[in-house]
Amino acid sequence: VIRCCIALAVCALGLAGGASAGRPTAADLEAEFVCPVCETTLDQSNAPIAQNMKAFIRARIAAGDDESQIKNALVAEFGPGVVAKPPGGGFGLLAWLLPLVALAGGAVVVAVLIWTWSSRRPPASEPEEELEPRLERLVDDELARLDG
Amino acid sequence: MASRGWLVARGAAIGLVVLLFALLAWSLVRDKGGDLAKRANRGDRPAAPDFTLDRLEGKGRLQLSSLHGKAVVLNVWASWCVPCKEEAPYLEEVWRANRARGVVVVGLDSKDFRADAQRFARRYDLTFPLVYDGPGNTLNGYGVTGFPETFVVDRGGRVVEAFAGAVNGEEERARLESAIATARGT
Repeated sequence: VIRCCIALAVCALGLAGGASAGRPTAADLEAEFVCPVCETTLDQSNAPIAQNMKAFIRARIAAGDDESQIKNALVAEFGPGVVAKPPGGGFGLLAWLLPLVALAGGAVVVAVLIWTWSSRRPPASEPEEELEPRLERLVDDELARLDG
Repeated sequence: MASRGWLVARGAAIGLVVLLFALLAWSLVRDKGGDLAKRANRGDRPAAPDFTLDRLEGKGRLQLSSLHGKAVVLNVWASWCVPCKEEAPYLEEVWRANRARGVVVVGLDSKDFRADAQRFARRYDLTFPLVYDGPGNTLNGYGVTGFPETFVVDRGGRVVEAFAGAVNGEEERARLESAIATARGT
């Protein structure tokens, strides 16, 4: 019984996963495309063209298109700039790499600073200057006088 | 040794700031379209940026410079733009009234679904040449910030007048007719 339950749960999870991968939701896609007029993602825009694009996405989903087909159709109309995520190759790769480079650069700067500060030794205490014999005698005499 | 590392880090930070300033300056220099309308309306007659775009109906392409020798009324529109709907019949009138006099009205549909734009053209019975620029690559050159905008280009390819917003009121229409006369060289 337990094995059957586990098998059923695995099948249900698999079906659910498969369904979400094959049939995108309008909400998912609206966050992935940019309104060409207001330059925000569709889910944050009420511009007329954004509303047309949302209607287009819903119609294509209803017609059974998958995510890549909808993406290709929108890129054909509005160009590659309609996709919110930069492409993973060519010039778009910079958008992915630059934050990592900046993060690594920042880490290097912090490491250099820590190393610099920790390697600074405190200044050695200066040796006490010895008094001249004449002055020392004067101090001794004065102290003796005060004691006496 | 420690101070050398510090110097390198400081140099890299300064280099990054300089690079960012250089990019900013480059983008400002490159964006020449921003003041095209202002220069045109001041009487400077800046050159109209050339383009080659697909015809809206998909049959061939149109290059703006191929219209040299004619006065051009270039109207930037989109099917979702409400003032464009009010303006379209008037532009069709302008085209029909002036086409025999060496004037071409060109409609540049942008940031729009091609099918929506085609429906718009049929609905308003637009017979003047229409081109399609879905991504809006042409708009920067003209400094277009909204829809519709109209540019009147003379026979030599220079912008004589620019209109931000619809050419609907009597004053704008009189300005457009005057600009067309200037562009024709009459």
